[in-house]
Amino acid sequence: MTSAPTPQTPAKRAAIVGANRIPFGKAGSAYAGASNKDMLTAALEGLVARFGLAGERLDEVAAGAVVKHSRDFNLTRETVLGSSLDHHTPAYDVQRACGTGLEAIVGVANKIALGQAQVGVGGGVDSASDAPVVVSERLRKALLRASRAKTLPDRLKAFAAIRPRDLAPVAPDVAEPRTGLSMGEHQALTTARWGITREAQDALALASHTNLAAAYERGFFDDLMTPYRRLTRDESLRADTSMEKLAKLKPVFGARTATPEGPAATMTAGNSTPLSDGASVVLLSSDEWATQRGLPVLAHVVDAQAAAVDFVAGEEGLLMGGAYAIPALLDRTGMRLEDFDYVEIHEAFAATVLATVAALEDEDFGRTRLGRDGAVGTIDRSRLNVTGSSLAAGHPFAATGGRIVGTLAKLLHERDESEVRPGSPARGLISVCAAGGQVVTMILEAA
Amino acid sequence: MSDTYAKLVGAPGPAQQLAKKLGLPRPARLRRTDPTSVDRPLTPGPVLVLSDDASTADADTVAEGLLAWDLDVHRDARLPDHARWGAVVLVLTELPHPAALSAPAMQLGSVLRSLAPGARVVSLSRRAPGPDATTNLAPAVAAARAGVDGFVRSVAKELRNGATANGVVLADDVDVRAPSVRGALRFFLSARSAFVDGQLLAVVSGAGSEPADWARPLTGVAAVVTGAARGIGAEVVRVLARDGAHVLGVDVPAAGESLTSVMNEVHGVALQLDITAEDAAARILDVARSRYGHLDVVVHNAGILRDKLLANMSAEKFDDLTAVNVTAPLRMNETFARPGVLGSASTAPRVISLASTSGIAGNRGQTNYANAKAGLIGMTRALAGSLTDAGGTVNAVAPGFIETEMTASVPPVPRQVMRWASSLQQGGRPVDVAEAIAFLASPQAGGIDGQVLRVCGQLQTGQ
Repeated sequence: MTSAPTPQTPAKRAAIVGANRIPFGKAGSAYAGASNKDMLTAALEGLVARFGLAGERLDEVAAGAVVKHSRDFNLTRETVLGSSLDHHTPAYDVQRACGTGLEAIVGVANKIALGQAQVGVGGGVDSASDAPVVVSERLRKALLRASRAKTLPDRLKAFAAIRPRDLAPVAPDVAEPRTGLSMGEHQALTTARWGITREAQDALALASHTNLAAAYERGFFDDLMTPYRRLTRDESLRADTSMEKLAKLKPVFGARTATPEGPAATMTAGNSTPLSDGASVVLLSSDEWATQRGLPVLAHVVDAQAAAVDFVAGEEGLLMGGAYAIPALLDRTGMRLEDFDYVEIHEAFAATVLATVAALEDEDFGRTRLGRDGAVGTIDRSRLNVTGSSLAAGHPFAATGGRIVGTLAKLLHERDESEVRPGSPARGLISVCAAGGQVVTMILEAA
Repeated sequence: MSDTYAKLVGAPGPAQQLAKKLGLPRPARLRRTDPTSVDRPLTPGPVLVLSDDASTADADTVAEGLLAWDLDVHRDARLPDHARWGAVVLVLTELPHPAALSAPAMQLGSVLRSLAPGARVVSLSRRAPGPDATTNLAPAVAAARAGVDGFVRSVAKELRNGATANGVVLADDVDVRAPSVRGALRFFLSARSAFVDGQLLAVVSGAGSEPADWARPLTGVAAVVTGAARGIGAEVVRVLARDGAHVLGVDVPAAGESLTSVMNEVHGVALQLDITAEDAAARILDVARSRYGHLDVVVHNAGILRDKLLANMSAEKFDDLTAVNVTAPLRMNETFARPGVLGSASTAPRVISLASTSGIAGNRGQTNYANAKAGLIGMTRALAGSLTDAGGTVNAVAPGFIETEMTASVPPVPRQVMRWASSLQQGGRPVDVAEAIAFLASPQAGGIDGQVLRVCGQLQTGQ
C-alpha cells in the first residue's frame, strides 16, 4: 500500500507547451532498420521544428528506452548531439520500464517546478525490432577471459573453452525475472481474478481503434506527430475492425495459468497491445519561458505519483499498480475520481484497464486493500482513452508516456473549461503500468 | 533532376567539341549567389552606363547611384585590353523617338563581344501605353517606349555565356532614384537574377525603401511559405532566411518529415497544415503573430500537378488541383490581403504567388494547371493597389522550366526540349525562383505592385 507523502509548499507548475511523436510502427516493419537513436532524433527534430527551437539551448532533455543496447549508454545526450538543438543542451537517460517516458517527463517537470530549469524535454523511445541480441553466458565469460589474457596461450585457452552450443544467441525475453511468467500470463491471472470477460476486452479494443481513427480523421494529430520513414499513421491502427473480427481471434495468454475449473482464456492478439517501434517527446517549460516565446501553454502538470505492488508473492497483479497510485494521488491533491474530464489508462492489455477501473470502483478493494471507507470512485467510460490508446496506437515501451501526455494536454487545451466542474479548468488523469509491478501516474490541468 | 547534357557539354572535352561542330546548344554555367558572399561581387566586372542624349541627366544620376554600391562605373565604352564588362546599363528614360535609340544601341553593340560571362544588360525606360489605356503621349514617344521592349527582348536572345538582358520600366511619375528602380536595377545586375532573362519589370510608384543592409534586406521580416517541404518552396525558405527573414514553413502533415529538416536548417518554424482547410489563413496568422509579433510576407507556393489531356481529364483531377493551386490562395487572401493584417510599424506587407509560364502560354495536358496558374495572375492583378496604404504589394512570379522533383516526372525528350526552348538553353533551379521572390518581398521592391515576373531563362513561349 502506498502512503502519500505530505505535500510541500506547492512549487510552480510546469507548463506543457507541446509534444511530438513519430507514428508507431509494428515490430519488424516500417522502422525495422531504425535504431532507438534514429527514432528519438526524429521525434525530437519534429518538436524542434514545430516550436522553432533550432540552435537553442534547453536546460534539460530527459528520455530513455526500456530495451537498450549497451552502446546506447548515453542515448539521450547522443540524440541531442545529433539534433538541431544547441550542443550545450544537457541530457540524461531514465529508465522505469514502461513508465520510462512518463517518469522522464515527471523529472523535467519537477526541475521546472523547482526553478532548476526553465525549459526542457521529456520523452522516450523503444524498438522491438532493433532489440539487442545477447550471447550465451558461457560465451560472454570466455570472451571476457580472453580480453583479460596477457599472453597468446592464455588467450587461446580462453577461446578453447567455447563450445558450439555457446554460440547460439539468447533471444530477448519479456518474462518477469522473478516469476518466469510473461507479462501477458501475469495479466491473465488478474483478468481471471476480476472476472473480466472476453466481450468487455474486445469492446475496449474496438473503442481504442475507433477512437484513434476518428482522432486522425479530424486532424487531431497534425500538430502532435511528424511522419517518419513513409509512415503517417500508427501501423497497428485498424480503422475497419469490428467485434466480429475481434471475436474470431484465438486466445494467446492465459492458457498456461488456466485451470480446468477456472474461466477460459480470454486474452487475444486483438485485445493485447502489439510489440511496436516508436518515439515521443514533450516540451515543458515555466509559464514565463512560454510567454516570452509567444508559445501558448496547453496544460500544467499538477502532480505525479509512482507506486509498486508485490506481485512476486501473488498478493497483487503485476499491472495493478494504478489502483494504488491513483488513490494516493487523489488524496494528496484533494481530488475525486469523478473530477476528471479525461482519464488515460495505458492499454497494456484491455484487461489491465478494465481490472484497474474495476478495482477503483470496488468497495471491498477500497476497504481491504486501501483502508478506505469504500470504493475510490467511478470512472465515466465516455471519458476514458477518448482518442484511443496503446491497443490501437501500439506501445513502444518508453514512448507511451510522451504519447499520452501530448494527447491529454491537447485534449485539455481543446476542452478548456471542465464539463464536470463548470467554471474550473478541465483536468486529466494518466496511469501507465510497468514491469516489476510498478506504475507512474500524473494529473494535468488545462492552462 | 540534373541536366546531364549540360554537364557533358559544359566541360572541355570531346562532347563539347562535338556539340560545337553540330551546332547543338551549349548552355553556360549561370552566375548564382554564393550564400557565403552574398552580392559580392555584385557584377563580374566594370559597369558601363549608356544613354540617349535626352536621358543624359538621368544617366548621371544612375551612375552616381551605382558608385554608391562600390561598382567600377564607366561612361565611356573604351576598356583596357583583355578587360570585360560586367554590365551595361542603358538609360532611356527620356527617349523622344525610336530613331534616338540608334546611338546607344550601336554603343551597346560595340561592347557585346567584350562582356564577361554572366554579364548583364539592363535598360531603364518609361512605360508605354497599354492596350486599354488612354494616353496623351505623343505617338513618337509612345513608339520609342514600346520600342525598348522589343529591343531588350531581342538583345537577350543574342547574348551568350550566361549573360542576360532585362529592363526596368518606370511609370511617368517615378524618379530614377526611387527605391524600387534602384532595387530592380540591383536585382538584375546581381547574381540573384541568374535565370531571369528578356523581362521588363514595371515600377509603378516611388514607394518602398532601401534596406539598411543590401545583403540582408529582409532583416526583421516574418514570412510564411506554403508548400515548404520540397522543391521551390524549400528553396524559397532558405533564400528568405539567408536574406534575414524569420520563416514559417507550411506543408501538409504527410510531408512533415522533410518540412522538419528544411525548417530546422534555417532555424524556422514548421506548421503541418492543409492549406485547403477553411481556417488555414487564421491558423498561419495566429502562429506567426504569437512567435514573431507580426506576419509580413505571404508566399503562395503550394501547388500540385494532375496532368491529363482534357479528353481524358476527370472532374476529380481538375477539382483537386483547383482546390490547392488557386482556391486556397484566393481564400487565404480574404484574410491576408485585408488592410491591417500583414505588416508592422517597420515592415511592409507582401503577397507573392507562384504562377507559371504554363499559365501564360498554355501547355498541352495542363488545362487544369494553366487555369489555376493564370487564375493566380488574375488574382494578383485584381489585388494590385489593395495594400498600397500600408506600403504593401501583391505580385506573382512565373517560373518556366525549373529542375525539381515535379518536373523530373516529365519524359526525357520533352524535358530536354523544354530546356533548350529558352535563351539560356537550360532549366532553372529552384533557387532562381526563390531569389525573385525574395526580391519582391524586400523593402526595395515596394514600388512594384500587381506585376508578374517571369523566371524562365526567356522561354520562347507566351508573352
